[in-house]
Amino acid sequence: MLSRAAESVYWMSRYAERAENVARFLDVSLEVMLDLPDTRGNPWGAVVAATGDEAGFAERYGAATRDSVVRFLTVDLGSPNSIFSCLQLARENARSIREAISSEMWEQINKWYLLVRDFAASPAMVDDPHELLAVVKEASHLFVGVTYLTMTHGEAWHFGRLGRVLERADQTSRIVDAKEALIDARPADVGGSLDGIDLSALLRSVSALEMYRKRHGPLDHSQVIAFLVLDKWFPRSIRHCLEKGQESLRAITGASSEAPCTRPERLLGRLAAEYEYAVTEEILDAGLHEHLDLLQSKLNDVGAAIFDTFFTSRPEPIIAEEQEAQAAQ
Amino acid sequence: MVTVTSRPGRPAKKRARNVEHATPEIPLDFSSYEPGLFYDEMFDAGRRPRGGYDLLAKTLSALPEADLVRRQRAAERALLHMGITFNVYGHEHGAEKILPFDLVPRVVQAHEWAVIERGLVQRARALNLFIDDVYHRARILADGAVPREIVESATSFLPGARGLDPPGGVWVHVSGTDLVRDGDGRYYVLEDNLRCPSGVSYVLHNRQVMKRTFPKVFEASRVRPVDAYPSELLRVLQHVRPRGVASPNVVVLTPGPYNSAYSEHSFLAQQMGVELVEARDLSVRDGFVWMRTTRGLARVDVIYRRIDDAYLDPKAFRPDSMVGVPGIMDVVLAGRVALANAPGTGVADDKVIYAYVPAIIRYYLGEDPILPNVPTFVCSDEKQRSHVLSNLDKLVVKAANESGGYGMLIGPQASAADCAIFANRIRANPRDYIAQPLLALSRAPTLIGESLEGRHVDLRPYVLHGGDEVFVLPGGLTRVALKKGSYVVNSSQGGGTKDTWVLAALGADAADRPGASC
Repeated sequence: MLSRAAESVYWMSRYAERAENVARFLDVSLEVMLDLPDTRGNPWGAVVAATGDEAGFAERYGAATRDSVVRFLTVDLGSPNSIFSCLQLARENARSIREAISSEMWEQINKWYLLVRDFAASPAMVDDPHELLAVVKEASHLFVGVTYLTMTHGEAWHFGRLGRVLERADQTSRIVDAKEALIDARPADVGGSLDGIDLSALLRSVSALEMYRKRHGPLDHSQVIAFLVLDKWFPRSIRHCLEKGQESLRAITGASSEAPCTRPERLLGRLAAEYEYAVTEEILDAGLHEHLDLLQSKLNDVGAAIFDTFFTSRPEPIIAEEQEAQAAQ
Repeated sequence: MVTVTSRPGRPAKKRARNVEHATPEIPLDFSSYEPGLFYDEMFDAGRRPRGGYDLLAKTLSALPEADLVRRQRAAERALLHMGITFNVYGHEHGAEKILPFDLVPRVVQAHEWAVIERGLVQRARALNLFIDDVYHRARILADGAVPREIVESATSFLPGARGLDPPGGVWVHVSGTDLVRDGDGRYYVLEDNLRCPSGVSYVLHNRQVMKRTFPKVFEASRVRPVDAYPSELLRVLQHVRPRGVASPNVVVLTPGPYNSAYSEHSFLAQQMGVELVEARDLSVRDGFVWMRTTRGLARVDVIYRRIDDAYLDPKAFRPDSMVGVPGIMDVVLAGRVALANAPGTGVADDKVIYAYVPAIIRYYLGEDPILPNVPTFVCSDEKQRSHVLSNLDKLVVKAANESGGYGMLIGPQASAADCAIFANRIRANPRDYIAQPLLALSRAPTLIGESLEGRHVDLRPYVLHGGDEVFVLPGGLTRVALKKGSYVVNSSQGGGTKDTWVLAALGADAADRPGASC
């Protein structure tokens, strides 16, 4: 397939997945915040820090408050990772490959974007963002389902899934990280460790509570981390995402499992192997935050290798004026 | 054996119901509809529905007024969700709009369509022979049937296309011809679009929406289907492949997502199942055109390009073009890639050449034109020019090389100052202008606000030419000038569209043969 189309499918899926995860991330933050009676420092600052967009936030809003963080993460088009921005980018990518995806996919992503656009125009949204967040999650599930059911599971589909699972691995790591950071922001007398309520909130934020219960039963900090990071079968666990990504990469290159040859395959294969054999206690002892930070930078390396191997040698994007200039007949 | 027992019967109880219609049901009232002094598409002078419209008129007049508006909104919402939008520039991101759509269809009866179809096939053949001649021996110019200086001074005349031999001798694979009806109801050709005519995707989308909007009338009216277009287009594109290529790689070339017709480009590529490429995906190497894929370069054999000639190849034409492919003209001239349409076809839709099309038809085919031209005054001719200059307030003046409804003067509606401006322009560049009488364009009932009013319409059918056969899509884009009294139907100037129902002939199967072959 065209390199440009492959890149657009990849980014369409990444941005769509990111929109859903930002909604999940904000949802859990809002919920945890309600359980923080009195805090030292500013917990909303910790939320912004976990997004990785601190500088951009400070420039636009200054100090972090509930309302400014909600706005920043949902409908602010000036924020590159707000839900609205992600959907706009997902839709622009989808638009540039409308012939490569199914009409149903295009229609779904278009409706999704239009829904969020309506929320963005509503002044009441910031006071009560829960409906928006629920709608975003549901629309995302629909999009994934429509994609699964209406698109041939060939090269383009695999580029899409590759983007989706790499994004999801990254986002799961950020959600876990943010939750831990919030716990740290809590006053000492309330307790500095994850208790049952926190753990169930964390699991629910990635729709994992029920599946966790089936697998491990009682809530336990190290088991919960093991489930979200190392479980082989749960669709939002980091290990599961890495393995699915590996599958898609193989399908794209057509290489057999004995002979990984491209650089992205090598990097992702190594990373997936690391998670296949990792031990929860070692991760926790070495520091969960440091571990997740390192994972995020390794995922960036995989992304860069994918770009170099499959999408490169693209000249500068064409200026809009000349595209418009074609005489209308 | 397990028997399934039914549940104990319950007393029949009426379920509580919400009141379904809060608004009173006022049936749509045609008595207030004013056909006016124009040829009305739906009603004759005695206010009776014309042939083919009976069922539609009956359904509409039985429909509560609010219901029509509700269906209109539903249709608009469906188009928005389908993303059938065009970009509005100079606005913020997301300022894209659907092309205004009117849910009252325009009906063309079978016998009317038969004439249109024959006329379009005749015109397509003649214009194709004309273009081929112009870029080869130019017999018609030598014989004086068309003045040489008119052809060679046309800005769309492309000297670089001289000697090109497109596969099968076909230059214009895709064309859209604009037809209008005058006060007498007769169809006239208003202009030919032989470069990159757009709008066919609206025909297909409008139809999809109309089937949901008026399913019963649609079914009973025996409307001919339009959905064969993408497969017919693909057939033509595959047919015109370069010699020696067994299964051609066909692509659609778009300027990119910022182009206002982008959604049509991607739609057609999608429906044909071919790649949609931008110039940056293509390159010329070793005398062939290649596209960049995730597995290296792949050869391209046929390009349905939606880019103007001037931008096609920065090496051959405009050096500043960013949407073209450097060196592609050499490959085209060598016959190693086919372009649809071929470069240089614009020479035949120059508005001055238009005036000579009846002569062109007679010259090549020895036939009288089936569809008449609108009488046209060519300003480069001294006698005609002086007639135009002294009758500006009665004529429509058009610039020879503008499209989209730009560069026009509608004399009867223009101020004296505007007339003076055009008079000066005509004197300065007579070659660039033609003039025509203002036709009393036919009108069709159109939903304006909450009631039906007459609005002026035209009709753009689409024609595919693959060499042996000419296919006329039984349908077309009916464009409607939504502004009251306006004659300009172009989408850039407040125009909208309607679905066009071409009815099957009595006795013919509604899903009849895909097109006329000659």
